Amino acid sequence: MAEIVEGGFGLYIHWPFCAAKCPYCDFNSHVTRTVDHGAWADAYVREIARLAAETGDQRLDSVYFGGGTPSLMEPATVQAILDAVRAGWSVANDWEVTLEANPTSVEAARFAGYREAGVNRVSVGVQALDDASLKALGRLHSKDEALAALEVARSTFDRVSFDLIYARQGQSLSDWRDELLRGLDLGTDHLSLYQLTIEPGTAFWDRKQAGGLKGLPDEDLGADLYEATAELCAEHGFEAYEVSNFARDGARSTHNLIYWNAGDWGGIGPGAHGRLTLGGERIATEQTLLPKDWLAGVPDGRHESRHLLSSLDRANEYLMMGLRLRDGISLTRLESMAGRPLDANRLTDLEGYGLVERSGSRLAVTEAGRMVLNRVVSELLLE
Amino acid sequence: MTELSRIRNFSIVAHIDHGKSTLADRLIQLTGTVAERDMKEQLLDAMDIERERGITIKANTVRIEYPAQDGHTYVLNLIDTPGHVDFAYEVSRSMQAVEGSLLVVDATQGVEAQTLANVYQAIDANHEIVPVLNKIDLPASEPERVKEQIEDVIGIEAHDAVEISAKTGLGIPDVLEAIVQRLPAPAAGDPDAPLKAMLVDSKYDQYLGVIVIVRIIDGTLKKGDRIRMIKTGGTYDVDDVGVYRPAMTSVPSLGPGEIGYLNASIKQVRDTRVGDTITLEKRQCETALPGFKPSVPVVFCGLFPVDTNDFDDMRDAIEKLALNDASFSYEMETSAALGFGFRCGFLGLLHLEVIRDRLEREYDIELITTAPSVIFHVYSRDGEMTELHNPADMPDPATIDHIEEPRIKATVLVPDEYLGDVLKLCQDRRGIQMDLTYAGTRAMVVYDLPLAEVVFDFYDRLKSVTKGYASFDYQMLGYREDNLVKMQVLVNDEPVDALSIMVHRDRAEGRGRAMCEKLKELIPRHMFKIPIQAAIGGRVIARETLSAMRKDVTAKCYGGDATRKKKLLEKQKAGKKKMRQFGKVEIPQEAFINALKMDG
Repeated sequence: MAEIVEGGFGLYIHWPFCAAKCPYCDFNSHVTRTVDHGAWADAYVREIARLAAETGDQRLDSVYFGGGTPSLMEPATVQAILDAVRAGWSVANDWEVTLEANPTSVEAARFAGYREAGVNRVSVGVQALDDASLKALGRLHSKDEALAALEVARSTFDRVSFDLIYARQGQSLSDWRDELLRGLDLGTDHLSLYQLTIEPGTAFWDRKQAGGLKGLPDEDLGADLYEATAELCAEHGFEAYEVSNFARDGARSTHNLIYWNAGDWGGIGPGAHGRLTLGGERIATEQTLLPKDWLAGVPDGRHESRHLLSSLDRANEYLMMGLRLRDGISLTRLESMAGRPLDANRLTDLEGYGLVERSGSRLAVTEAGRMVLNRVVSELLLE
Repeated sequence: MTELSRIRNFSIVAHIDHGKSTLADRLIQLTGTVAERDMKEQLLDAMDIERERGITIKANTVRIEYPAQDGHTYVLNLIDTPGHVDFAYEVSRSMQAVEGSLLVVDATQGVEAQTLANVYQAIDANHEIVPVLNKIDLPASEPERVKEQIEDVIGIEAHDAVEISAKTGLGIPDVLEAIVQRLPAPAAGDPDAPLKAMLVDSKYDQYLGVIVIVRIIDGTLKKGDRIRMIKTGGTYDVDDVGVYRPAMTSVPSLGPGEIGYLNASIKQVRDTRVGDTITLEKRQCETALPGFKPSVPVVFCGLFPVDTNDFDDMRDAIEKLALNDASFSYEMETSAALGFGFRCGFLGLLHLEVIRDRLEREYDIELITTAPSVIFHVYSRDGEMTELHNPADMPDPATIDHIEEPRIKATVLVPDEYLGDVLKLCQDRRGIQMDLTYAGTRAMVVYDLPLAEVVFDFYDRLKSVTKGYASFDYQMLGYREDNLVKMQVLVNDEPVDALSIMVHRDRAEGRGRAMCEKLKELIPRHMFKIPIQAAIGGRVIARETLSAMRKDVTAKCYGGDATRKKKLLEKQKAGKKKMRQFGKVEIPQEAFINALKMDG
């Protein structure tokens, strides 16, 4: 009988290659001319066997192919990986297998092959619904290409999600409302709507440091955009189940919920992180960033480092991740992780400001609280 | 001992950057006093802060031996005096110790306010003054115009000014000849009379203890003498006497007219008061030298450690600094906003900055500085006067008859085109015009101003409205009554004591509004809205509301982000500990001083 982990158990596969680097992206991605697909498939399969040897008694709820651009993987690679997964673990009947895809015609042509391999959900990186914005974001697809690719995705997979980035340069509140309304009409059951964030190590960051990248929204417009997003999504039956994720009934992302509910996940691929409960301890795993170092390190395990999470680290991670969810966290579970409760005075203050709500043993942020979540969490972090 | 007629004692008077230190370096270099390989810029400024800011805080002296054209070798003693108004008393003592001055004026710039204040000190000390025009090699130099200006503004002969370039060395031999020929030898002193010497300045050396710079008037000072300080009453055995060349060099004795140092195992600079008279314990001179004044702090502010755990270290550091600076005073202060710290008194703003810099740098303590203020004289209804050093200590207004504040006479020299801005600034600061004259294209503006309006950011504002072309100096005028009140600031309905200021009643609304607006910018948004108010007594005179933070949320946070984002939040939380918690409001440290800066 397979064991069911609190919060769920998933597997993250990181494919580090992209056709081009996007100026806003701070994920571990690399542009390279040639990839030895066979060698990469072998390495992933080997990693899966290693991980399954440690955690094979757990039931697997999800697999997620992220990147980079996993839609540049050959379907055969995905097939090999998922075959190895099925050999390594017993999987849930309703397991979710998601692949992140870019909406170009080349990539859409592989969708059928991914489905064959076992992928049952795609998350499409549409990002914007007009060509000028797509260009500004450094995307390689046009709006028409994106819509066509989404069409293919919907006819191929049961479940389709797509991403949009808002709070872009010069974007007004009404611009965004119009764009989002069109997005809500595209017939998917899940949306990831991200405010553009300028992260260190990106081309946008450098441009901003150099005094460029004008016309980004200030805090107040950012707040207005966020409120409008929640309001329009709600009107169209999309529930804001997480800070930036919206779903129709039952269409929440099983895999991402594992992160937010502080479940366990294996992380495989360059730069991938994992969290595993082994022998009663919670372990953080982290794999080496550079693709060539990773590939070279897999045979003898040099590519992964591990460390033990303290009970406070564990509790604080749960607090930070869990409060992102509309459903919030279980205070009982948090207390059993930390060995003590949250600061009662601070909780009372935050309730007084209307930023958090308690219901039984659950703690969740209110709509107002979600907008200042970083503050709420740093107030409550255990020390 | 040197024959009196072969001694010349002099100082150099100059505005900052007009080339005083470079000229001193050249004189030392040309006479071979320092080997070429030991030359470094600004030999005489010893402290890092002095070198960095190009200012002199402590008097320095150097003995130069110069074989003149008349075939005799002369001993030239240069005293490099502090140049800043904060140290006016110290300057006056240095001036008393010499007979002549070189007045160095930048031939491209002309006379500045600071030059004026110091040259008047030289005139007061009956100096013979030799004008020296520096930077004569620059195309922009206008020696004839500047000579005229020296005659017009200062009123001394300038037609035979020595024209030099301290940078290239041009004209330096002429300066040396002028010192010998135009400056007087010291007045005759009696080498056999009881010792009478002036304590010119002193400084602490970590290996030797306190080193005292002295000028001998009468008698002879030698190693083994037991000396007595007339004002402080301390007695010490002299371990060493000598001169600076500029390295310390022992000599058998110092006689009348000579300037040198003594070392007598004195533990603290505080035991040596500038201007005191040094004599022999066994054979005392009959009268002390005139003009001694204990130094009195005029500007006060609170200094608090940023990290409250540093308080004990800060106390040690302050005690150590005070041992070596008699003009710096301190007493413990407790602030509800800032915790434990010290209320400190300084000779002026520069002195404040120097002490604060030294605490931060030499003792590695991060400090919060509260707004500088002055001493108000508060007269109660029963006629008693108390000195108010800290607005937080203001007595109940019902018991007060009236309040007096210190006023200064401020002299500003400014090019014509900025005159209007300077007049406006002085008027805005409650100034009363005393004089306005022109010297060429520059105006000399003299104002009677409240010191309280000047200690804060007057100098910064002056520099900014005149693009740095104005120069400024001041003298104390005395105390005068005015309609002064204490203004409090309330943040989230709680008074923040460190933000209380004394202000003129007519200006309270304007200041209060400006402070509330400033604080609204300086305090970060919180999770709730925060009223910021200014009040006199219980009456609110200005109010702003800092609205609640609307958005601070990370857009993307998945499994791979958890480690990094958690670190960011923990860092943010740690960063907040650097702010001062006030009720539920966190106020960043810089707010305590920046809230008071006025833009107009």
